Amino acid sequence: MKNIWIICRKELKSYFASPIAYGLMAFFALIAGYFFYAATAIFVVRGQEMAMMGRGMPMDVNEWVIRPVLMNVSVIGLFIIPMITMRLFAEEKRSGTIELLVTSPVRDVEIIIGKWLAALMMYACILGLSGINILLLFAYGRPDWRPILVGYLGLLLQGGCLLAIGTFISTTTRNQIIAGVATFAVCLMLWVLDWLTAFETAAWSKVVSYLSVVTHFEPFAKGVLDSKDIVFYLSLIFFGLFLTSRSMESLRWRS
Amino acid sequence: MITVEGLTKRYARTVAVDDISFSVSKGEIVGFLGPNGAGKTTTMRVLTCFLPPSEGGAQVAGYDVTTHAMEVKKRIGYLPESPPLYPDMEVVEYLTFVARLKGIPSSNVAARVKEVSERCAIADVQTKLTGKLSKGYRQRVGLAQAIIHNPDVLILDEPTAGLDPKQILETRQLIRSLAGDHTIILSTHILPEVEQTCQKVIIINKGKLVATDSVENLTHRLRGAESVAVEVSSHDGELETSGVQRRFEQVAGVSRVIAREARGKHLRYEVEGLQGSNIRPEIARAVVEAGWNLHELHSVAFSLEEIFLQLTAAENTSGGAK
Repeated sequence: MKNIWIICRKELKSYFASPIAYGLMAFFALIAGYFFYAATAIFVVRGQEMAMMGRGMPMDVNEWVIRPVLMNVSVIGLFIIPMITMRLFAEEKRSGTIELLVTSPVRDVEIIIGKWLAALMMYACILGLSGINILLLFAYGRPDWRPILVGYLGLLLQGGCLLAIGTFISTTTRNQIIAGVATFAVCLMLWVLDWLTAFETAAWSKVVSYLSVVTHFEPFAKGVLDSKDIVFYLSLIFFGLFLTSRSMESLRWRS
Repeated sequence: MITVEGLTKRYARTVAVDDISFSVSKGEIVGFLGPNGAGKTTTMRVLTCFLPPSEGGAQVAGYDVTTHAMEVKKRIGYLPESPPLYPDMEVVEYLTFVARLKGIPSSNVAARVKEVSERCAIADVQTKLTGKLSKGYRQRVGLAQAIIHNPDVLILDEPTAGLDPKQILETRQLIRSLAGDHTIILSTHILPEVEQTCQKVIIINKGKLVATDSVENLTHRLRGAESVAVEVSSHDGELETSGVQRRFEQVAGVSRVIAREARGKHLRYEVEGLQGSNIRPEIARAVVEAGWNLHELHSVAFSLEEIFLQLTAAENTSGGAK
């Protein structure tokens, strides 16, 4: 447990010692800010139209602003995650520091979880920036805060799985760029897998599209906490980290 | 302290280490000698639990490297060929991280970092980024990292590679000062390094163990008969090379006389004696009796370099995979 924290702290420090963290945060804040602005503007215009047409139907902030914003943020995450995970192991392999970690009295699992946890914390920091936008809504309206929390839990779970997969890919190469590009490709695939159901009705397409990480996020964005989706995400995290530990072990046999 | 038995390490197509056995007792400095690609690094990686052996095994401080890797790792300090530094960390930050990683209790970490910094003479670069250090400092930070948890066994892979002559001397001195508290294995392909730093030498070539002995024994064992260098001249400056050679060949105990390149009017020879004979006084007497001037007369000891070439050349003829 202590070792996990030692590794995790070192990784976090190195994120913030380099421009990566700040660059990603700025990039994310800009795009998430734009999406938030767009969603709010649409909400306001629609609201006025409704009022002018005399329909007294109240519009829900959660449904009209927060839900689309959360969906958008989950997609931006796909682009950010490769940049967070690509260096985790590739850099250690390239510079030879992996020898220090592996010959120290820590278990592989501790190294892997420490690194993954640091990546997750980094991702949480970045996501936190979009939270500022949503907090602004509380100044002008009364959104329900519970679906927001569920939404962010979903973002973290979805991020957790993609980060675990990215961590695994990072162990397979000593080139950060290759790790980043491969992770991006996998993230993108996992996003668009559900398109299959649009034109294919066979059973296999349902199975494959079930693997799409974004479909499982939709309920979270609506504020629905479904154990099926939580189990899906947790098992994918476990699977990713398991592959990482296998890959690390194979490092020793091949190296 | 270290026992290696029948250690073999195979990669996909090559045998890196082939059936090596040796042992190292506590407090010794052992030189692990071999040309590049001989299997030194592989052996060290097995000892540090980085690589599992294909066959055979090794024990460090009484623990097996495959079954009790955790216990071995606690007792071992390892400096790989290039020091494992994180370029974006300051020296003190880096050493603190390593100290924690090696399981030093938090209350001791600062004290240990300070201690090894002084010992390795890196106290003046504490707040510099490790990525910005010169090669000599990087190596010393690497060494500080290896000894921070006061391990029983130190494994140093080419600790002086790429340093300038002054740094090499300093590093060797540092390594010698670490002996006693630690058992040290250091690998190198530079022979004088072993002669100057180590008590014992293990020579491997192409994955096979060639020799393991103390430095003196090895020199002695391979020298066999005495070999003497002689330089003579005559008063009048006229001296026939073959005449002198014939005279030396008649000296009791001499097995062979080789004429070396003359230096001006001084003629030079290398005279080899039979096993167990002491030919130096006899040669001196012969020179004096013949009325020549004796300029030089000394025994030529085999250098480790010659021993090494001799051993590895013998091995080459029997073949073996890299």
